[in-house]
Amino acid sequence: MKIFVCIKQVPDTETKIKITPDQNGIDTAGIKWVLNPYDEYAVEEAVKLRDANAGSQVWVLSVGSKTRVIESLRTALAMGADEAIVVNAENLDNFSTAKALAEVIKAEGGAKVIFSGKLAIDDNASSVSQMLAEFLNVPHTTVVSKFAFNGENVVVERDIEGGAKEVVQMMTPAVVGANKGLNMPRYASLPGIMKAKKKVIKEIEFASLNIPASDIKVKYSGFALPAEKPPVKMLAGDSSAQASELVKLLRDEAKVL
Amino acid sequence: MGKVLVFAEQSHGNLKRSSIELLQAAAKSGNTVVAVVFGSHAGDVTAAAAQNGANEVHVVKDASLDSYNPELFTANIVSVVEKVQPSILLASASSTGRDLFPRVAARLNTGIASDCTELNISGDNVTATKPMYSGKCFAKANFENSSVKIVLMRANQLPVAAADTSKSANVVEQAAVKPDLKTLIKEIVKGASEKLDLTEANIIVSGGRGLKDAANFKVLHDLADVLGATVGASRAVVDAGWVGHGMQVGQTGKTVAPTLYIAVGISGAIQHLAGMSGSKVIVAINNDANAPIFQKATYGIVGDALEIVPKLTEEFKKALHH
Ligand SMILES: Cc1cc2nc3c(=O)[nH]c(=O)nc-3n(C[C@@H](O)[C@H](O)[C@H](O)COP(=O)(O)OP(=O)(O)OC[C@H]3O[C@@H](n4cnc5c(N)ncnc54)[C@H](O)[C@@H]3O)c2cc1C
Ligand SMILES: Cc1cc2nc3c(=O)[nH]c(=O)nc-3n(C[C@H](O)[C@H](O)[C@H](O)COP(=O)(O)OP(=O)(O)OC[C@H]3O[C@@H](n4cnc5c(N)ncnc54)[C@H](O)[C@@H]3O)c2cc1C
Repeated sequence: MKIFVCIKQVPDTETKIKITPDQNGIDTAGIKWVLNPYDEYAVEEAVKLRDANAGSQVWVLSVGSKTRVIESLRTALAMGADEAIVVNAENLDNFSTAKALAEVIKAEGGAKVIFSGKLAIDDNASSVSQMLAEFLNVPHTTVVSKFAFNGENVVVERDIEGGAKEVVQMMTPAVVGANKGLNMPRYASLPGIMKAKKKVIKEIEFASLNIPASDIKVKYSGFALPAEKPPVKMLAGDSSAQASELVKLLRDEAKVL
Repeated sequence: MGKVLVFAEQSHGNLKRSSIELLQAAAKSGNTVVAVVFGSHAGDVTAAAAQNGANEVHVVKDASLDSYNPELFTANIVSVVEKVQPSILLASASSTGRDLFPRVAARLNTGIASDCTELNISGDNVTATKPMYSGKCFAKANFENSSVKIVLMRANQLPVAAADTSKSANVVEQAAVKPDLKTLIKEIVKGASEKLDLTEANIIVSGGRGLKDAANFKVLHDLADVLGATVGASRAVVDAGWVGHGMQVGQTGKTVAPTLYIAVGISGAIQHLAGMSGSKVIVAINNDANAPIFQKATYGIVGDALEIVPKLTEEFKKALHH
């Protein structure tokens, strides 16, 4: 069976963010890009599922600037994915990104299970997997920390509020959004990295997908850094004095009690 | 002026605070406010919805909607949207909201801005601001090509005024739509905590490796009980198995936005800050005066957590009971 994994490349959390002069985005010079951390869980689960089902194949798919996201696709290949596709595009929103993913998956003959991350740590939107499922007309579950496939259906555990979990059964094909806890992503082995380097990554131009310009629904502007925080107020005295001073400040100065 | 539809979430027949925030914000915009409530207890919150700004409440009173199913909820929201024809749809970025509304947006062929922290409604138009790159910057979402502009707001971002008990609303009952489902919710495994989820909590007391071991989390729970707070944790203690993953705050945990965040024995690694730097007031307690958490904190205490936290609990007890 065919398993797809959608991956996004995001700035490493440690990267310092600078805003462009027109305030319409961030300055990408000097940014270190990494595979979105949740997508590592997605790749790992896909590879495990493939290994447990003879004759299966894992395809990784990313929408983004082709020269850049190829690096994350190679990371996924080195972790064990079989094939990789990049849709070369810039400045899409979540709607058009999901449309592009859906079009490519359909064109490649569909998939039994499609993995994604629960969210991308740059936009923190957690929207692409659900939209992709809708465009493919298949069920989805996000925030998944346990996955099983029984040949016909998938059964997953979804983390919900207050530490509760839902056990969800979905008919395949289905979209599964991975959360931390699903597995321990493997490190790419040296032979894996060597093999990944030699793989041909299929390139598709976004324009060739015939997705109308009206499928861009949201544009971001007015990028700004957070307001400067006043410096921390350190409390003095022994622990009793500090405790009573803190309670006073929270009540009378910060007014949060 | 147009209509603003608010997806009102309730828990045990009480309207959630995050939904009250949205209703009041919608009412302030001068638009007609329509609330939609799902489930067999939907009728219980119509009065509260009206008192917080709804002119009309759409009630889909059906037991099939008591628990969340993405396909079922999508079909029912879409059906309400088609009836009401709002220009703006507001919902909370709760676990249901985040899961449901992107799918709704895709079906309605419209735009969505998720995880927003500021909201500006002017007539039919809405701009929402959201944190990007783990809160290292903010950006404005501008809608295009969108019939209904869908905005998901984080909890605790908008002010809440007292409800106006003189207000009432027109109640419209609607039958549930029942599509064929490919998703089946087999079981809900209850969480350990009856407290508010971290993402909704107004006060969070969070512990890190500085607490030394799992048993010492008891001092945090005692403090949280006095404050009506929810307990959170750093990844280091989740990975050590001291607490469950549901309690993790940070980049690979939960993004929280409380009014007060008390970080105890947490160093303030960038991945932790990513999840909590949107807190209004941050208190850091750490025995290392150079811990990076102090750079983000409003108030700092240098000292031993196990000595200070019980003292704080006593002080809060005194202060809150007078
Ligand atoms: C250089 C650059 C410029 C951008 N400029 C704009 C802009 O001007 N306006 C704007 O609105 N947005 C812009 N974006 C962001 C835009 O691409 C989408 O908002 C984004 O892809 C939607 O994903 P999300 O972050 O909401 O993902 P989420 O929905 O949070 O991601 C969930 C999961 O979906 C999958 N996924 C998400 N994105 C992709 C992808 N691209 N390819 C494959 N799988 C994916 C992953 O599995 C991910 O874990 C830009 C992005 C880049 C890289
Ligand atoms: C991809 C990735 C994702 C991550 N995601 C997250 C995430 O979501 N959330 C998260 O929290 N981390 C995350 N991390 C881990 C993060 O980098 C840190 O390792 C982690 O936050 C450290 O936890 P800590 O502050 O509890 O522990 P430590 O860094 O060990 O800090 C303990 C602190 O306690 C203080 N201390 C010690 N004894 C006492 C005492 N008696 N009284 C008071 N203070 C004391 C110490 O001075 C120190 O500052 C992630 C890391 C990576 C690489």
